[in-house]
Amino acid sequence: MVEQSTQQNHDKAALEELSQDTASRKRFLKMVGGAGATGALAIFVAACGNDEETDTGATGDTDTGMGAEKKASKGDLEILNYALTLEFIEADFYAAVIDSGEVTDKKIAELAKSIGENEQEHVDALTATIEQLGGKPAAKPSTTFDAVLQGGPKMILATAATVENLGAAAYLGQAGRIKNKDVLAAALSIHTVEARHAAALNTLVGKTVVPDGAFAKPASMKEVLPQIKPFLAS
Amino acid sequence: MNNSNLATPELAVIDVKGVTRSSFIMRSALAAGSVYGLGAVGPFVKQAMAQEDGGDVDILNFALTLEYLETAFYTEALKKAKGLESATSELAKELRDNEAEHVAALTATIEKLGGKPVKAPGVDFGNAFASEKSFLKLAQTLEDTGVSAYNGAAPSIKSTEVLAAAGSIVQVEARHAAAIRLLRGETPAPDAFDKTLEMDEVLEAVKPFVKS
Repeated sequence: MVEQSTQQNHDKAALEELSQDTASRKRFLKMVGGAGATGALAIFVAACGNDEETDTGATGDTDTGMGAEKKASKGDLEILNYALTLEFIEADFYAAVIDSGEVTDKKIAELAKSIGENEQEHVDALTATIEQLGGKPAAKPSTTFDAVLQGGPKMILATAATVENLGAAAYLGQAGRIKNKDVLAAALSIHTVEARHAAALNTLVGKTVVPDGAFAKPASMKEVLPQIKPFLAS
Repeated sequence: MNNSNLATPELAVIDVKGVTRSSFIMRSALAAGSVYGLGAVGPFVKQAMAQEDGGDVDILNFALTLEYLETAFYTEALKKAKGLESATSELAKELRDNEAEHVAALTATIEKLGGKPVKAPGVDFGNAFASEKSFLKLAQTLEDTGVSAYNGAAPSIKSTEVLAAAGSIVQVEARHAAAIRLLRGETPAPDAFDKTLEMDEVLEAVKPFVKS
């Protein structure tokens, strides 16, 4: 930790900022920060070498295993950045939908707005988490939704449903790969929100809420990435 | 783990509808396979079994109790609930079937891991079936609680195979919760991050509906 003191100052500032944030985001970060005796946000302090939490097994919480693992593995950061990229695209999509004025049904427009807000919260939380775990958040991709928007409300809703079902499958596909239990808890709490979005949109487009039946199917990165490619501006 | 092992696209499109007990075991093994590469499934599953120390079985039995409760709830509702719109009873049927599949799959998984599946609890849903409104209200509570219960317990699961299965089920519970909420005119996702509940909190929440 060569840049420890700079890093600590940076993190302290970030922590202060986070502590002033909305209740749900705080809860998310608390979750990432360790559900057990660690206390809110302690993991972030611990992750950058603060002495308070450097004792091995400081949490005494064998369930989460956080005493031994305070730093995100490279794999976890990769997964978090993958999730962040998906959330960037989703948030951008709903912003573009609302801007377009194509969705005139008031109830549907409200739903799109509230889903879009959820996605933005996911973006913010994932970004903060990656930074706190010592990683570099992925850059926001340039997106294009012209083809979808030109298709009108029907195509917009169908695309939203596709994207949300894909998002839920994408999170599910990573769950078994996440090493840090607190990152896993946080990912799961987003996973089920994506599933809620998917179910609501499926209902609106006249599809079953459980397209895979009683057991949802996961999707790997390799399966997910080609499907979001059409939304990436070159 | 090399990168070419990460994706096995064929596995994800396997039809799991009408899944049977034994095929669920296969399915969760396949879910692990889609993450670790098909070649790794055999030894991986054996390893997961060998590592069992009761912890995962306890969590699975906890989940099984909730699934029993949900199955009983929809089964009774379809017999007793007054004034259900056809869309509501259609949804209730689909949800009942899903929950029954979860019960069967969890039971089989527990047995496979050498554990003893808990019995179905006695249930009492009070006046929940007096109207569509009261039915939907309790349905929402049970489904939202189910989501929080799985999300709360999942990080403690040791076996990646069991975790994959739990993740696959909790996504379905979340879909149920959203569908019920939509029928009630509520927002399907009340929060950007679903709450988690500890086991004791969940048991406290469902206590009014469990008789024995």
